[in-house]
Amino acid sequence: MLIIRTAFKNIIGSGRATWLNIAVLSFVLVIMTAYNGILDGWIEESRRDTMEWDTGWSQLWQTNYDKYDIFSLPDAHGKIPEQIDDVFKADMATPVLAIQASVYPQGRMMNIQLKGIDPEQHILKIPSLSLRSTEEGTPVVIGKRMAATTKLKKGDRVMLRWRDRNGVFDAREVLVAAIFDTTVGSVDAGQMWIALDELYAMTGMQDEATYIVMQRESPVNADTGGWHFKDNDFLQTDNRMMEQSSRAESLIIFTILLTLALLAVYDTQTLSIFRRQKEIGTYVALGMTPRDVTGLFTIEGTTYSLFAALLGAIWGSPLLYWFTKTGLPMPEAYGDIGMAVGKAMYPVYKLTTVTTTILVVVVFSALVSYLPARKIASQNMVWALKGKIN
Amino acid sequence: MESEYIIRTEGLTKDYPVGEGYFRALADINLTFSEGEFAGLVGPSGSGKTTLLNIIGSLDTPTSGSAMVLGREVSTLTTKQSAFLRNRHIGFIFQSYNLLPVYTVYENVEFTLLLQKKNKEERHRAVMEALDWVGLTEKKDARPAQLSGGESQRVAIARAMVKRPAIVLADEPSANLDAENSHHILQTMRQLNAELKTTFLFATHDEKVMKYLQRIISLRDGKIEKDTKS
Repeated sequence: MLIIRTAFKNIIGSGRATWLNIAVLSFVLVIMTAYNGILDGWIEESRRDTMEWDTGWSQLWQTNYDKYDIFSLPDAHGKIPEQIDDVFKADMATPVLAIQASVYPQGRMMNIQLKGIDPEQHILKIPSLSLRSTEEGTPVVIGKRMAATTKLKKGDRVMLRWRDRNGVFDAREVLVAAIFDTTVGSVDAGQMWIALDELYAMTGMQDEATYIVMQRESPVNADTGGWHFKDNDFLQTDNRMMEQSSRAESLIIFTILLTLALLAVYDTQTLSIFRRQKEIGTYVALGMTPRDVTGLFTIEGTTYSLFAALLGAIWGSPLLYWFTKTGLPMPEAYGDIGMAVGKAMYPVYKLTTVTTTILVVVVFSALVSYLPARKIASQNMVWALKGKIN
Repeated sequence: MESEYIIRTEGLTKDYPVGEGYFRALADINLTFSEGEFAGLVGPSGSGKTTLLNIIGSLDTPTSGSAMVLGREVSTLTTKQSAFLRNRHIGFIFQSYNLLPVYTVYENVEFTLLLQKKNKEERHRAVMEALDWVGLTEKKDARPAQLSGGESQRVAIARAMVKRPAIVLADEPSANLDAENSHHILQTMRQLNAELKTTFLFATHDEKVMKYLQRIISLRDGKIEKDTKS
């Protein structure tokens, strides 16, 4: 207790270098809290949006379907298994039929995926109600990325060409009934959504699907009727890989920032031990053991990080709170990186992340404080009392 | 008879390595000190007085021979035991005061009692008493940087005496003080020696200090040249 009290007093009464270290450490803590908050917020938003717009909670894939192999698409369709009729009746699943097609905006050809979905579904956020049949033409909906690429606007008509189940080409003009705005590029870029019944009629693939999107409440949790079950963990693979890569980046930045800050702590500690030789000798003369004095200097160094956490909380909290309101604006191009990214990323500060960041800073501060301080135990105290380094 | 001596050295020798050889700082020192002595080790620089003081204070160990302090052989003490000995029984006064700069006068004097884990009331009573001895009660909230040399040395005396040690070791306590302040602090120490029966052992080559000493041990080249009692 005395050692902690003494260390505390020494820090309070110490010079500018100490407070500079505390300021630098607090800067690292706030920056890392903000950075990790952005990352956590981004990941949370990305997972949520991916589920709401693209994957649902789980899926059943037709046996030939491979999301990551575009060449699997021509054969990736099959009759919807009867075993899950009850799931459909309970509104816990919706089928999606995907085929390859081409559109001709401004007379130029562009290959797309044409996806058929039930207009009445409410599992995905795709504005499928706009796909209800109308006398104005065959309605399709596209995302804003697709709209930007094709320069299509709501109400525009565009020529669509596809092959039916026998491989015969057919074409028709379709009407862009709605353009949706989503952070999830995988339901937008290069894709066009059409009513499932319409697609059945166009292709002759009646009652077939490529994959079935299911809600969390769906009881299906294994391969069914020859269709492969994909759980949420699998469906979040892209997000997870992106998260791992971002976490690695965050770790590198944190390591660099922390190393620079700890280097300053180490330097200050070394200088402090060099300058305070007489004080070290005095502590020992008054009855402390050299090990106690080593502990005192180690605690002093460690206390930097505790003060830094306090200082960081004082100046960082309003800043971090403001950041949750404004978010970090993201350029449009970020939407193409494969992960759901909104117009701005809003940080989410998780207690575990903040606590871990502080703990890491405290532990490493203790370590770099101990390294120079451990030499005190082997010092000649007679020399120390005279202020001489030994 | 042995228990009468608070400090006893026998054949005490201290060598410091110098290059491939060594420098003998103390050679075969045989001395005894009884309770309540007001004695001084005098001699020129390099005569070994500070070395002897440091060994008695268990801050250093002899190369050979023995140094018994309060019945304990200092060369056999563990770091914890020697720290305990210093904390409970030995007070130090240094030439350059060695006050802890971030502490107030009160806290500097209190520090040694905190190490002894004394309760707050006991500490307060003892610290105020010690500050009263040296006439610094009004400066209890001052920091060392706000004190004169004489005041700083009086705080150092209070810090050494607050635990009522058996022995006070004072290394050139007047070296940084003018005649008036030297006189003042020596009078204070002499008074405490008389009142509390604390053994004072000085290392000095200051004539002003010698006038107060009851016993003068002259050292030269690490050997006792003369041991006189007044």
